[in-house]
Amino acid sequence: MLELKNVSFTVDADGERKDILKNVSLKIDGNFTAITGPNGGGKSTLARVVAGIYQPTEGRIFLDGEDITELSVTERAKRGVSFAFQQPVRFKGLTVRDLISIAAGGNVSFSRACSYLSEVGLCAKDYVDREVNSSLSGGELKRIEIATVMARGTKLSLFDEPEAGIDLWSFGNLIKVFENLQTKIGGSIVIISHQERILKIAERIVVLSAGEVVGDGTPEEIMPTLLGGERVCPAIGEKFD
Amino acid sequence: MALDNIQRDLLAKVADIHGTPMGAYNIRSNGAAAGRATTANINIVTKEDKPGIDIIIAPGTKNESVHIPVVISETGLHDMVYNDFYVGEGADVVIVAGCGIHNSGSDETAHDGIHTFHLADGAKVKYIEKHYGEGGGSGDNVMNPTTVVEMASDCYMELETTQIEGINSTERRTRAKIGDRSTLIIHEKVMTSGRQHSDTDFEVDLDGEDCSCNVISRSVAKDSSRQVLKTNVRGNNRCSGHTECDAIIMDEARVSAIPQIIASDVDASLIHEAAIGKIAGEQLMKLMTLGLTEKEAEEQIISGFLK
Repeated sequence: MLELKNVSFTVDADGERKDILKNVSLKIDGNFTAITGPNGGGKSTLARVVAGIYQPTEGRIFLDGEDITELSVTERAKRGVSFAFQQPVRFKGLTVRDLISIAAGGNVSFSRACSYLSEVGLCAKDYVDREVNSSLSGGELKRIEIATVMARGTKLSLFDEPEAGIDLWSFGNLIKVFENLQTKIGGSIVIISHQERILKIAERIVVLSAGEVVGDGTPEEIMPTLLGGERVCPAIGEKFD
Repeated sequence: MALDNIQRDLLAKVADIHGTPMGAYNIRSNGAAAGRATTANINIVTKEDKPGIDIIIAPGTKNESVHIPVVISETGLHDMVYNDFYVGEGADVVIVAGCGIHNSGSDETAHDGIHTFHLADGAKVKYIEKHYGEGGGSGDNVMNPTTVVEMASDCYMELETTQIEGINSTERRTRAKIGDRSTLIIHEKVMTSGRQHSDTDFEVDLDGEDCSCNVISRSVAKDSSRQVLKTNVRGNNRCSGHTECDAIIMDEARVSAIPQIIASDVDASLIHEAAIGKIAGEQLMKLMTLGLTEKEAEEQIISGFLK
């Protein structure tokens, strides 16, 4: 179980104090949680704070009761935190199989690499020996990123906007991937997303806005409040009314 | 001459030779011949006017290989050889050269090799060269290889040079003249550390009609090592040339990339790309989220980059 207790994250932007996360407390346990909210609301920062990429300014983070606030990215990864980047990183020279092998913690066979890649809609034969460099499209990289998280199969998997950059054509397949993800990986799945179709398949939706949790419940409870557009400014509201 | 364990180990490192190699070979150890085999199609003859050998590959020879490794375990030795390869019309061969130095003494050990390739029409060559130095002594390991390539028409040559460890100083010169419809591909991999110095200079003349070359260099400079890479591609006919130097810089190292392309024909198409930079923080971070430590992540990125 992941628990955030009064987590705040503040940055100093041009001498001005900016609160990205304000006193966020959250418990996530063994389910499929979607985190949504307006751009700049603090969603990606929250995921990065959990993965250890950012250190919270205040508050504590617990994984299965252990305080992991002071642990490094590597130590958190070893304890079972996985993180799929919103913008996957490219590597000259490292192949898809290399990345999956690192993720799985040892050499993976062709057939095992194949099973992870086919889950994300890529044919292993075409991809396993490809370099993870600029010859791959943004959508291909995103899928490989998801495959590395699957290969890890840890107790907490965080996905930062996995649907961004994936074309409409492939989107249906991606939904299927996420529908099955929890049975495949096990543990807690946390997805940051704006996509209605992803939000609908979640068991729980947490809404983060201006660094605060402003909504938390089942899709049935939360979806109507999101689609109502209550936070839209009056000028935009008039145009779309 | 029998090889001792150190020499056998060096052979394995530079030529992947374990025991007696297959096919034609010539092993040079501490400045003297240590073993040779020829085949029906590949002859090896000792030069009479200067140190070195002529390797004569008969026209039409297919799927054969030649290994000509050099190993040096004697400190203070300055070895200099001239090797000429005559590759006959339509031949298709793999040539593996390499030099391993084990210097446990305090004197500088050096190997300077001048390899000249004469490719007849339609010849195809894959040339692999590995340089490796070791030994706990304070003496420097120095290698100054010169490679000269002369390609007639419709030839293809791939040149792979690797220098990963233990060479304190190297000056590598490569000169190539490329004939009609011939293609030359050069892959260079260099890693320097400590106070090592590596200086590479490729000069290619694209003389023939519709000929091409591609020079790809990847290097990693660690500690306070120095690297200089010069490429000079001249398009003298309807041709295409491409050079690409990619370097990872670390610590207090210094890397210079000096690409030059000169076109003297309106149908010459030449491109150069050069990039130097440190390992991106996001790359390290990504691998750390997969459970590697920062050091392990760095090693993975470097070994992938130089693969």
